[in-house]
Amino acid sequence: METARKEAFIVHAVTPAESAAGSSKRPEVVPYILDEEGLERRRSRRIVWGRAAVAVLVFLVWEVFTRIGLLDSYYWSSPSAILRTTWTQITEGTLLRDITYTSGSTILGFVFGTFLGALLGLSFWWSKSYAGISEPYLIILNAMPKLALAPVLVILLGIGFFSKVALAFSMTVVVSALSAYSGVKSVDPDMEKLMYSLGAKRHQVFTKVVVPWSMPWIISSLRINIALALAGAIVGEFIASSQGVGRMIMYAGTILDINLVWVGVVVLSLLSMVMYWGVVVLEKWLSKGLTKQ
Amino acid sequence: MTHKIEISGVSKWFRRNGEEIPAMRETSLAIEEGRFVSIIGPSGCGKSTLFNIIAGLMPPSTGKVMADGKDIVGTTGYVGYMLQKDMLLPWRTILDNIILGMEVRGVPYKEAVERALPLMEKYGLKGFDKHYPRELSGGMRQRAALLRTLLYDRDIILLDEPFGALDAQTRLTMQNWLLQIWEDFGKTVLFVTHDIDEAIYLSDDIYVFSSRPGRIKSKITVTMERPRKTEDMTSPAFMELKHHLMDLLSAGHEEEQIS
Repeated sequence: METARKEAFIVHAVTPAESAAGSSKRPEVVPYILDEEGLERRRSRRIVWGRAAVAVLVFLVWEVFTRIGLLDSYYWSSPSAILRTTWTQITEGTLLRDITYTSGSTILGFVFGTFLGALLGLSFWWSKSYAGISEPYLIILNAMPKLALAPVLVILLGIGFFSKVALAFSMTVVVSALSAYSGVKSVDPDMEKLMYSLGAKRHQVFTKVVVPWSMPWIISSLRINIALALAGAIVGEFIASSQGVGRMIMYAGTILDINLVWVGVVVLSLLSMVMYWGVVVLEKWLSKGLTKQ
Repeated sequence: MTHKIEISGVSKWFRRNGEEIPAMRETSLAIEEGRFVSIIGPSGCGKSTLFNIIAGLMPPSTGKVMADGKDIVGTTGYVGYMLQKDMLLPWRTILDNIILGMEVRGVPYKEAVERALPLMEKYGLKGFDKHYPRELSGGMRQRAALLRTLLYDRDIILLDEPFGALDAQTRLTMQNWLLQIWEDFGKTVLFVTHDIDEAIYLSDDIYVFSSRPGRIKSKITVTMERPRKTEDMTSPAFMELKHHLMDLLSAGHEEEQIS
């Protein structure tokens, strides 16, 4: 039934949805609903099994090929030999102490480098001139391979623990500073305007807006920093050290104990995975409430 | 009679590529306490510049801004200022955002929260205190931003197109909400908008700005009764005023096209 009103519009009658009485002759229609969640769950399970299968396969192939001679066990060692040597190193050698030494210098260098680097980057907010003058020097320092400075640092600071920390520090501090500075450069000027309109002083704008705003940039540099710190510590140990996993690898290389070298490689891989996972946890903790729209 | 806020002979010039360009010509406004005043005009006519000057964020090239008899040129924090972007800090909860003005001024946290929570309850944000801005709709965020401005506790509030980014339905709700708050708190409000309907519906006085460089072309007092209701927006009186303003503004557009 249509009713026209004046000359501007017509109101149409709309038929309601099919009532139960009307469709008594036809059977119930089952709607097609895709089970997306079920698909997701099945895919996740497939992925987990697949990952486990790859790991097992690699070790299996490695072991078998070494035993049947396809891989020369002198150069390639084998999973069983590596396990054996690792156990010996733990019980009769200094493996655990070496792991502690390397982890310690890595983490210390990482923490100080990230923290001080972030402070440096954040400080650039206070003066555009100071930031402009410093920026190119920072970029040069970043581009330069700090690892090439390792021998110099070891000579300057000795072969002890501190030189490894310094190396790890030097690798991370510049990356952190540049990341923090990126964050600072991108602060929304309207947000600063808001703070000033509320009568805020400069230092309040810094603590309440600039620092939280730049955190995602600083956090994003953490993953790369931990890898850099570890690399710095290891290289320092290669050059001159009395302890550490890097030293162990170097030593094993010089006496041609290939099994031990592989032990070092495997231990390092595990170490870096643990540290990476630790950084991911740290990231999550720091990011609580910090995610932006 | 001392006006609550008096802007006399304020203008703003900028230097671009060595040339001096006027953004706003000499402008004078006198506003009494508790009035709701809108400023409408085409884009780029200097409305936001005027607001920046009043808020002390930018010095004028000429002229004075007096509030409560005091010269407030260059003084930040004397008036409340709200932009189109809600500018809620995304890493803070809604409650922590609303108390920001008080926090900057050094009000203790407990006291600030005590003042904020009842306002949140009364004005439609009940239960959202622990939420984050990204979890709220545009309209809710603007409410939070406005409550923040209110709690900053200044008699004069500048609102720069606060509802410009909202959809039409939400905008209407927010307009009624704003009127309610204005009645409850008795602030002196300066409101910038593009929307003629909004200006007429909300205001006591409307100033029409010309296109750049802006100056006041006309001042109109809206005599419709308060409290205003949504039906007023389609009344003949409203339509007549709307026509008048549309003519004023489109004349401004033609000026711009000729020059």
